[in-house]
Amino acid sequence: MSGQLRTVPVLLAATALLGAAVTAQVQRDRRFATDQPAEQVLYVQSPDVARRLALSYDVLAADVYWIRALQEFGKARKATPQDRNHALLYPLLDMATGLDPYYNIAYRFGAIFLSEAKPAGPGRPDLAEKLLLKGLAARPDKWEYMQDIGFVHFWAMQDTKGAAEWFERGSRVPGAAWFLKPLAATTLAQGGHRSASRTIFRALVESGENDWIRKDAARRLRQLDAMDAMDELRRIVETYRARGGATPVTWQGLVRARYLRNIPADPDGFVYELGPWSGDVSLGEGSTLAPLPKEPPPRVVLPAAGR
Amino acid sequence: MSAMVSVPTVARIAANVFKESVRDKVLYSIVLFAMLVIAASLLLSQLTAGQEVKIIKDLGLSAISLFGHFIAIFIGIGLVSKEVERRSIYALLAKPMSRTELLIGKFFGLLSTLTVNVTVMTVALVVVLAVYGALTPPDLAKAWEAPATDPRIVVAAFLILAELAVVTAIAIFFSTFTSPVLAAAFTFGLVIVGQFGADLKNFEQVVESAPVAWIARGLYYLLPNLAPFDVKSQFVHAQPIAPSYVALTVGYGALYVSALLSLAALLFSRRDFK
Repeated sequence: MSGQLRTVPVLLAATALLGAAVTAQVQRDRRFATDQPAEQVLYVQSPDVARRLALSYDVLAADVYWIRALQEFGKARKATPQDRNHALLYPLLDMATGLDPYYNIAYRFGAIFLSEAKPAGPGRPDLAEKLLLKGLAARPDKWEYMQDIGFVHFWAMQDTKGAAEWFERGSRVPGAAWFLKPLAATTLAQGGHRSASRTIFRALVESGENDWIRKDAARRLRQLDAMDAMDELRRIVETYRARGGATPVTWQGLVRARYLRNIPADPDGFVYELGPWSGDVSLGEGSTLAPLPKEPPPRVVLPAAGR
Repeated sequence: MSAMVSVPTVARIAANVFKESVRDKVLYSIVLFAMLVIAASLLLSQLTAGQEVKIIKDLGLSAISLFGHFIAIFIGIGLVSKEVERRSIYALLAKPMSRTELLIGKFFGLLSTLTVNVTVMTVALVVVLAVYGALTPPDLAKAWEAPATDPRIVVAAFLILAELAVVTAIAIFFSTFTSPVLAAAFTFGLVIVGQFGADLKNFEQVVESAPVAWIARGLYYLLPNLAPFDVKSQFVHAQPIAPSYVALTVGYGALYVSALLSLAALLFSRRDFK
């Protein structure tokens, strides 16, 4: 009983002291910005050293580096363009895949992250290819990596010939997806044409082994839809101006003149921006589809007849 | 030192060690902590993109291995040294049993504890994975390299247990002739060196001196090679694990444990407790 009498006051005192400590912490945090995260540093930069340090927990260490890479990419994406920094992205992916050479998704997502054009991404298709080649060295039968290298060549490097070669190479791997062979031919025949891009992304939407890859491909398809819609809107604006339409041109003016049924928005719901004097159409501010890919000049190489 | 070992005597000692280990509060807290880590893996997996099952498996198996190592080392080194410190060794040695039987019984007692621990943790991990698998839409689950409830987890857990048997034998070996602190340091050292087997084997690629390379090659065969017991990566990525590989690795472990326990029995039999 006497023990109980002692315990209760001590517990109450401890609770009160803890409460006071929390209050002091809240006050300190309000007055001084002491919780700023330190700048990200990669202490260990060699996957070989990290593998030895991780002992038999290398796959778990790979997960940690993978999560850090995801956070690095997400953080950079949320940052303002001037504060955006992707310096650690490739080293983190290199560490994750060095610790776990079978880390499939780190190669595939990593390539998507690295090849993402500036300012949203680092714009490093060369590193994306390097990462996927590292994956191919670990698993030479992974046709998906060949498909992804082709994708990097096609989308980020505008190298349709290189893309077609990788699609072709992937199609020769036993068990590869059926669409790689026709994809190689389409890519070579249509060059940077949007229909070839659609073929690639539809294939990814249908076959993407991961929900994130499917979602990314679906976004690319929406970007292509937006590019088509913007071309159409430019033609409408040109026609309107050629027929003596009022300047500055506005969407409201075009709707009133019955050139459009309503104010046009991109597939993600952001209203397109219309240059009132130039008549140029672009993605609206804050559009989740920005930045749109650069398009190479259409290149048509028809396959030789009779082959 | 008696050459004959009585199985019933060894079994009785093992049962006592098991009961003592299970009564040990530290043991319970470690198991509880391992369970919490497995549960935490569910939360951690939310930070990843489509790699939830891989990370739950990685974290779960790593936790099983890590806590198993702690149990094997800290309880293992105490099996003999605690009896000496408490002076209960005199009472034990006065009983009709040999020192060899005592050591072997202690080993199997701790191995039983580890078996129960690894089994409970593996079952908990399978339950977590099964729940996760059941809650995941089938089209998302298609993306996984291996199914959530992959029966080969038994192979991965069994090899972890085999590795822990070797670690336990190392701990007991050192505890027979040195202090608990030194025994823990030596055991940790060997466990770490045991992960560098491939480096020792291929040391000639790093140094030019042939004698040094031979010494390294000799150490590769002499020191415990624990890296082959780790098949977490193969399990998680649905890579094949050949039955012959498992058999050879477990066979290596059993032989190495026998060798260590023989040496430990020899040293223990010559130890003077006066």
